[in-house]
Amino acid sequence: MTNLKQSASAPLALDRADARVRHEAGIGGAVRAFLDRVRSGDLGSLPVIVGLVVIWTVFTSLNPVFVSSSNLVNLLFDCSTVGVIALGIVCVLMVGEIDLSVGSISGFASAMVGTLWVNQGWPVALAILAALAFGALIGSLYALLFNRLGMPSFVSTLAGLLAVLGMQLYILGSTGSINLPYGSALVDFGQLMVMPKWVSHTLAAIPGLAMLVSGLRTFARRRAANLSTPSVAGLILRVAAITIGLELIVAYLNQSRGIPWMFGLFVGLVVAMNYALTRTKWGRSMTAVGGNREAARRAGIKVRAIYLSAFALCSFFAALGGVLAAARLASASQQAGTGDVNLNAIAAAVIGGTSLFGGRGSAYSALLGIIVIQSIASGLTLLDLSSSLRYMITGAVLAIAVIVDSLARRSRASHGRA
Amino acid sequence: MSESLERSASVGELVLSLRGISKNFGAVSALTDIDFDVHAGEVVALVGDNGAGKSTLVKILAGVHQPSSGTINFRGQPVTLPDPRAALTLGIATVFQDLALCENLDVVANIFLGNELSPLRLDEVAMEMRAWTLLNELSARIPSVREAVASLSGGQRQTVAIARALLLEPKLILLDEPTAALGVAQTAEVLNLIDRVRARGLGVVMISHNMEDVRAVADRIVVLRLGRNNGVFEPDASNQDLVSAITGASNNAVSRRAERLRAERDHSGSAQAGEQRP
Repeated sequence: MTNLKQSASAPLALDRADARVRHEAGIGGAVRAFLDRVRSGDLGSLPVIVGLVVIWTVFTSLNPVFVSSSNLVNLLFDCSTVGVIALGIVCVLMVGEIDLSVGSISGFASAMVGTLWVNQGWPVALAILAALAFGALIGSLYALLFNRLGMPSFVSTLAGLLAVLGMQLYILGSTGSINLPYGSALVDFGQLMVMPKWVSHTLAAIPGLAMLVSGLRTFARRRAANLSTPSVAGLILRVAAITIGLELIVAYLNQSRGIPWMFGLFVGLVVAMNYALTRTKWGRSMTAVGGNREAARRAGIKVRAIYLSAFALCSFFAALGGVLAAARLASASQQAGTGDVNLNAIAAAVIGGTSLFGGRGSAYSALLGIIVIQSIASGLTLLDLSSSLRYMITGAVLAIAVIVDSLARRSRASHGRA
Repeated sequence: MSESLERSASVGELVLSLRGISKNFGAVSALTDIDFDVHAGEVVALVGDNGAGKSTLVKILAGVHQPSSGTINFRGQPVTLPDPRAALTLGIATVFQDLALCENLDVVANIFLGNELSPLRLDEVAMEMRAWTLLNELSARIPSVREAVASLSGGQRQTVAIARALLLEPKLILLDEPTAALGVAQTAEVLNLIDRVRARGLGVVMISHNMEDVRAVADRIVVLRLGRNNGVFEPDASNQDLVSAITGASNNAVSRRAERLRAERDHSGSAQAGEQRP
């Protein structure tokens, strides 16, 4: 092991031997490194946090009900449906493609659940499974068109938007809408079920604990491997901040109804997707394909399979979001999934920091982005503004988000960051 | 990991031997009856004009194309290379001229792309350590392996690409125009790197248009012309010989210049006769 010999003679860590690189240390260093990153266009979730602060300040000053615990609980219920769809959008954006038909797929999925469950008398679980399977199938079809025929996803999913909407109208037939029975588990899940207080407080403590455990494990392993180690004090500070912050939020929301289980499901999916995207070979391949398709192919990655997984996952999440939306509204109607659902889902992913150009993004952008979008919707509803204004404002916010993305991309290019 | 510095093959062993390789694309013969040998610990430069068949030959070795006829012997065994995977598993690694790295991923992720350790729970610490070991063996000057490749210079990227190729412990490494897009200092860096790869006992095949680079590192220079072998040269062969082997003409700018120089020298009466200095 020459490696050991080298380390014995040189006290420097393996990755700190190069004198040309400035390594920030301590809390002041962390702040400086953060500012450097932002200046070079690596914004991360900064725009979304700034945006949230602005939006919440404005709406609260206009109507104090906005930040009331009960309104925020409602906000979380509403976030979960489109948020799950946005999570799917993150998947296709990661590989640099787009799915414009997620709204139609969600509408069709809710119509499927309504028809199969209420009209045909299927067990509800089976109806949901059928809807989810259909979603995954549509996504696989897009992937097939993309992989085999080279059809741009922009066009194939635009065609899918119309075709699937047509199927939704067709199976709903002349009645136009199907009411889901109140009191059923599905509707309760979408409208009423909240976590008991002890559950929500326990769940809020888990992220901090997980960070602490994995952080200390990484610390020990890096030290054993003679690599530089991050500061333990910084880790503990972050863990404390996150745990206290989450517990305070949970305590505030528990003053009214509490945290919806549906939101819990959404956050659970976000965390699972984040793990899959950052800590697995599949996620690495997704990022690689989004960054440089040809390089990924030459590295032996099955590029077609990666596209297939991205499109199928996106449509699957769209169908799941549709089922949740049906549960939330207790109905499957011709309006489900139309209007601004599509754009809200895409806007949420982009506002949250996932790039439209592929190769950059995170599952958390769906969570953060949808909170921004729903805050705007909820605030405008509280102000009793018509949907005409709501569309205009949401459109403007989406435009701003894409402008920020484009500018940040240009800045990253000129600062030598991908 | 402890074997990583071990010579992958004893120096001098015949790693690769091609006999009678031909490749036809329809009516066009890209390669005709090519013989080609690479030994362990040897840098073989493959030179030739555009359309001479260099890239076709490298693509056959990388498993991208299949030869129409002829035999490939790898470490004494006859082999076939039906696809790039097969070439990689045998121990033939290729560094492509471009399009080989993902700019949005960091150095570690690029080196391990497609060969990540523990796929369901990426082992970042082990990968980072292995990456540093590889880069240090190449005496590479990479500031940080956690920076995105976009922030690296051309020479550093080439280093990462070569480290990537070495990850799977190949016996033979193919470099397609490794210095084509690089500046003077970066070219020198990459040529040093090739020296170090040779010192590890690997066979190296290098395509280049730059005769100076070729002379600097190659042990043998194989010239292809119109898809055929057109001579094997020592690195100290005269520029004139090389150029006429490559172009197939003895009357060209280089030979005319040499003629002129010789004539001037003779005219000035200096006793220096024979070969011009390279």
